[in-house]
Amino acid sequence: MKIFVCIKQVPDTETKIKITPDQNGIDTAGIKWVLNPYDEYAVEEAVKLRDANAGSQVWVLSAGPKTRVIESLRTALAMGADEAIVVNAENLDNFSTAKALAEVIKAEGGAKVIFSGKLAIDDNASSVSQMLAEFLNVPHTTVVSKFAFNGENVVVERDIEGGAKEVVQMMTPAVVAANKGLNMPRYASLPGIMKAKKKVIKEIEFASLNIPATDLKVKYSNFSLPAEKPPVKMLGGDSSAQAAELVKLLRDEAKVL
Amino acid sequence: MGKVLVFAEQSHGNLKRSSIELLQAAAKSGNTVVAVVFGSHAGDVTAAAGHNGASEVHVVKDASLDSYNPELFTANIVSVVEKVQPTILLASASSTGRDLFPRVAARLNTGIASDCTELSISGDTVTATKPMYSGKCFAKANFENSAVKIVLMRANQLPVAAADTSKSANVVEQAVVKPDLKTLIKEIVKGASEKLDLTEANIIVSGGRGLKEAANFKVLHDLADVLGATVGASRAVVDAGWVGHGMQVGQTGKTVAPTLYIAVGISGAIQHLAGMSGSKVIVAINNDANAPIFQKATYGIVGDALEIVPKLTEEFKKALHH
Ligand SMILES: Cc1cc2nc3c(=O)[nH]c(=O)nc-3n(C[C@@H](O)[C@H](O)[C@H](O)COP(=O)(O)OP(=O)(O)OC[C@H]3O[C@@H](n4cnc5c(N)ncnc54)[C@H](O)[C@@H]3O)c2cc1C
Ligand SMILES: Cc1cc2nc3c(=O)[nH]c(=O)nc-3n(C[C@H](O)[C@H](O)[C@H](O)COP(=O)(O)OP(=O)(O)OC[C@H]3O[C@@H](n4cnc5c(N)ncnc54)[C@H](O)[C@@H]3O)c2cc1C
Repeated sequence: MKIFVCIKQVPDTETKIKITPDQNGIDTAGIKWVLNPYDEYAVEEAVKLRDANAGSQVWVLSAGPKTRVIESLRTALAMGADEAIVVNAENLDNFSTAKALAEVIKAEGGAKVIFSGKLAIDDNASSVSQMLAEFLNVPHTTVVSKFAFNGENVVVERDIEGGAKEVVQMMTPAVVAANKGLNMPRYASLPGIMKAKKKVIKEIEFASLNIPATDLKVKYSNFSLPAEKPPVKMLGGDSSAQAAELVKLLRDEAKVL
Repeated sequence: MGKVLVFAEQSHGNLKRSSIELLQAAAKSGNTVVAVVFGSHAGDVTAAAGHNGASEVHVVKDASLDSYNPELFTANIVSVVEKVQPTILLASASSTGRDLFPRVAARLNTGIASDCTELSISGDTVTATKPMYSGKCFAKANFENSAVKIVLMRANQLPVAAADTSKSANVVEQAVVKPDLKTLIKEIVKGASEKLDLTEANIIVSGGRGLKEAANFKVLHDLADVLGATVGASRAVVDAGWVGHGMQVGQTGKTVAPTLYIAVGISGAIQHLAGMSGSKVIVAINNDANAPIFQKATYGIVGDALEIVPKLTEEFKKALHH
């Protein structure tokens, strides 16, 4: 069976964000790009599923500027994925990203299971997986921390509010968006990295997908940095004095009680 | 002026605070506000929806909608949208909201801005601001090509005024739509806590490795009980198995936005800050005066957590019972 994994390349968490002079984006010079952390769980689960089902194949798919996104696809290949596709594009929103991913998956003959991360740590939106499922007309579950496949159906555990969990069964094909806790992503092995370097990554131009311009729905502008916080107020005295002062400040100064 | 549709969530027959925030924000914009409520208890909150700004409430009172199912909820939201014809649709970025509305947006061929922290509505125009790159910057979402503009707001971001009990809403009963489902919810495993979820909590008391061992989390629970707070944790203690992953705050945990966040024995690693730096007031308690958490905190206490937290609990008890 064919397993697809959608991956996104994002700036490393430690990256210092600078805004462009026109305030319509961030300055990407000097950014270290990495595979979205949640997508590592997705790749790992796909590789495990492939290994447990003879004759299966893992395809990784990413939309973004091909010159850099290819690096994250190679990371996924080094972790054990079999094939990789890049949709060369810039300035897509979540809607057109999901549309593009759906078109490519359909054109490649579909998939039994499609993995993604629960959210991309740059936009923090968690929307692409659900939209992708809708465009493919298949069920989806997000925030998945346990996955099982029984040959026909997928059974997953989904983290919901208050620490509660839902056990969900889906008919395949299905979209599964991974949360932390699903597995321990493997490190790429040296032979894996060498093999990944030699792989041919299929390139598809976004323009060739015939996605209408009206499928761009949201544009982000007016980027700004958070307001400077006033310096911390350190409380003095022994622990009793500190406790009493804190309660007073929270009530009278911060007014949060 | 158009119509704003608000997806109102309820818990045990009470309208959630996050939904009240949305109803009031919508009402302030001068648009007609329509609420939609699902489930067998949908009728319990129609009065509250009216008091908070809705002039019409669509209730889909069906037990099949008591627990969340993406396909079923999508079909029913879309059906209500087709009847109401709103130009703006607001929902909270709760676990249900975040899962459901991107799918709804795709089906309606319209745009969605998720996880927003600021909202301004003027006529049919809606601008929403959302944090990006783990709160390191903010950006405005501008809608294009969207008949219905969908905005998901984080809880506790919008002001709430007293309800106006002189106002009431027209109740419109809607029949449930039942598509063929490919998803089956087999079981719901109850969570450890009956408290508000971290993403909705107004006060959070969070613990890290500075608490030394799992049993010491009790001092945090005692403090949380007095404050009506929810308990959170750093990844270090989740990985150590002291508490469940549902309690983790941070980049690979939950993003929270309470009014008050008390970080106890947490160093303030960038991945933890990513989840909590949107808190309005931050208190840090740490025995290391150089811990990075103090750079983000409003108030800081240098000292031993196990000594200070019980004292705080006593002080809060006194202050809150006056
Ligand atoms: C140069 C540039 C300009 C941009 N301009 C805009 C803009 O104007 N408006 C706007 O809305 N957005 C813009 N974006 C961001 C947009 O392209 C996002 O990547 C897209 O909206 C995905 O949403 P998300 O990050 O919220 O993903 P989420 O929904 O949070 O991601 C969930 C999961 O979906 C999958 N996924 C997400 N994105 C991709 C992808 N690209 N390829 C493969 N899998 C993916 C991953 O598995 C991920 O874990 C821009 C991005 C770039 C690089
Ligand atoms: C990809 C990635 C994702 C991550 N995601 C997250 C995430 O979502 N959430 C998260 O929290 N972390 C995350 N981390 C981990 C993060 O980097 C830190 O390791 C973690 O937050 C540290 O937890 P801590 O502050 O409890 O422990 P420590 O760093 O060990 O800090 C303990 C603190 O307690 C203080 N202390 C010790 N004794 C006492 C005492 N008696 N009284 C008071 N204070 C005391 C110490 O001075 C110290 O500051 C992530 C890391 C990576 C690489």
